[in-house]
Amino acid sequence: MARLTSDRRTRRWREIALGYAFLTPAILLLLVFEVFPVFYGLYISTCDWRLRCVRFVGLANYAQAINDPDAWHSLMITATYAIISIPVQLSLGLFLAYLLFQPLRGRGGFRTIYFLPYITSTVASAAIWGYLYSPDAGLFNAALQVVGISGPRWLGEPTGIITLIGQSVGLSVPAWAGGPSLALICLIVFTTWVFTGYEVTIFLAGLSNIPKDLFEAAKVDGAAGWNLFRFITFPLISPTTYFLLIFTVIGTFKAFNHIYIMTQGGPNDTTLTASIYIFDQLFQYNRYGYSAALSFLLFFVILILTVVQSRIAGRRVVYG
Amino acid sequence: MASLAETRITPAAESTHAPRATEYLVFRPSHLLIYGFLVLGAIISLVPFAYMILGSFKSYGNIINNVFWPWPPFGSDSLQWSNFGAAVQQVGWDSQWHTWLFVRYAANSTIVAFCTVTGVLVTSSLAAYAFAQMNLPGKNVLFALVLATIMVPSDLSLVPKVVMMFQLHWYNTYAALIAPFMVSVFGIFLLRQFFLQIPRDLYDAAQIDGAGHLRYLVSVVVPISYPAVVTIALFTFIWSWDEFKWPLLVTRDSNMRVLGVGLQQFIVGDGGTNMQLLMALSTLIVLPVLVVFFLVQRHFAEAIIASSIKG
Repeated sequence: MARLTSDRRTRRWREIALGYAFLTPAILLLLVFEVFPVFYGLYISTCDWRLRCVRFVGLANYAQAINDPDAWHSLMITATYAIISIPVQLSLGLFLAYLLFQPLRGRGGFRTIYFLPYITSTVASAAIWGYLYSPDAGLFNAALQVVGISGPRWLGEPTGIITLIGQSVGLSVPAWAGGPSLALICLIVFTTWVFTGYEVTIFLAGLSNIPKDLFEAAKVDGAAGWNLFRFITFPLISPTTYFLLIFTVIGTFKAFNHIYIMTQGGPNDTTLTASIYIFDQLFQYNRYGYSAALSFLLFFVILILTVVQSRIAGRRVVYG
Repeated sequence: MASLAETRITPAAESTHAPRATEYLVFRPSHLLIYGFLVLGAIISLVPFAYMILGSFKSYGNIINNVFWPWPPFGSDSLQWSNFGAAVQQVGWDSQWHTWLFVRYAANSTIVAFCTVTGVLVTSSLAAYAFAQMNLPGKNVLFALVLATIMVPSDLSLVPKVVMMFQLHWYNTYAALIAPFMVSVFGIFLLRQFFLQIPRDLYDAAQIDGAGHLRYLVSVVVPISYPAVVTIALFTFIWSWDEFKWPLLVTRDSNMRVLGVGLQQFIVGDGGTNMQLLMALSTLIVLPVLVVFFLVQRHFAEAIIASSIKG
């Protein structure tokens, strides 16, 4: 009997040892590449870093960032990019998903086609759109030429979009009201093209989770068309919308590949987002400490935004 | 083992709403309007790809004169198949492997994606199994800590990670491109969800057959969780194939470039002026992925939905 329990105890110890052995690879990798770098990055951000910490500078990098007009400029560009692109993406995604939710033939085909831009490598699709936007060889200016308009410079155009619209109807717009540059708008159009298909798919999943009885009941009560959408569908899909909102906010703040390929922050820095600015500090100027400090400050901004979002939007989300 | 094969695990994802066949037959005029919008959306999705393919077959002269369709019946030009060869040639030669650099880029991307996917599947299924099926002290606290690492955005640790690659002497090696991505919290989370649904009796039965934890995991648990496994493999592949910023930072030599970096370097170099060559390269990069996507797209829709739990 004693032998049996000791046998069992050995087996139990062996199971525990085996279990932790199973956990080791994943946890070790997370510690080395996710957890440790955060603390290491904090250390680097307090250094004058040249291959190693040559001088401890305390919070000087952070002070420099707060007094750096380019850093503030890049944060404003990122904010503009997010404020325009997120509502456009989400409403277009919900609109198309709602259409695809109707009982129609060929829905699967449409969904597949909408998803193609998302799976294409961003460097390649940015190259393609660079060609579409090309002033001399691009599709857009070719189309405009057909109707006798000589097209703009698209990605090369630093002038504000409102100024451009004003010019075309002969109005002069004051400089402060010029709006984001046409180049930035071009990047937003590209982002919308890439991500709408993803949002359509997620919205479709959300829509199909709404119990069908609710639609039936509302229809019996006389709801139809817009009212059905406004009072039944929209509130019931709010958890999905909320998820996508958080997802797109984080995504737009991270956006890098296509901007780096298409404009590299130009023309006249009008597409110089925070992600590009932080990357340039590291890659071009080798300012490791400064780049790390900027990353922490940007993370802090995103963190505050996410908390504010969950305070405001979270209250309105209906968990059916 | 036959009874095991019958054990079906329902995926966490709901498949999208499928209307009954009779619903399709009701035709309303409003459907015409809906189709109008849907077709417009499809055209916008596809036109850039079409323009890419057209561009890859044009001559330099037709590119700079912006001729939309230089071929019969509107023009007299022929399809410039030579663009593809010329583009690959212009990218250059890899003297290390004695092959075209473009082939090397594709090989590098494939090696990195393959190793990353394999690594993620191995580390995730081991960890998820321990979290879901084994009786370990402190595992819930550990799992919460693992989930908490999602909150660290990858860009936050970009600088220290680059520094680490230099210090580990991994700069400009495959290790730098692969090792940091061999773990996925999303993978651990999704697999754990699946593994939790497997009844313990199944393990007891396997044990009587003489299988230990590892054999049970490999021969029973992973196969019956294939929807989650495929989802993780597909997404890890797409994300890995799309990597650009990280490879740009940690590789130096042209023969260590992945496709994304190679294409960007081509744009910065000659490709910016030779649009037909750039589009030929883009076609070579994009088309295989599109073809694979069409082959697996049914599975993909479910995969995307399952992935939406990733925060």
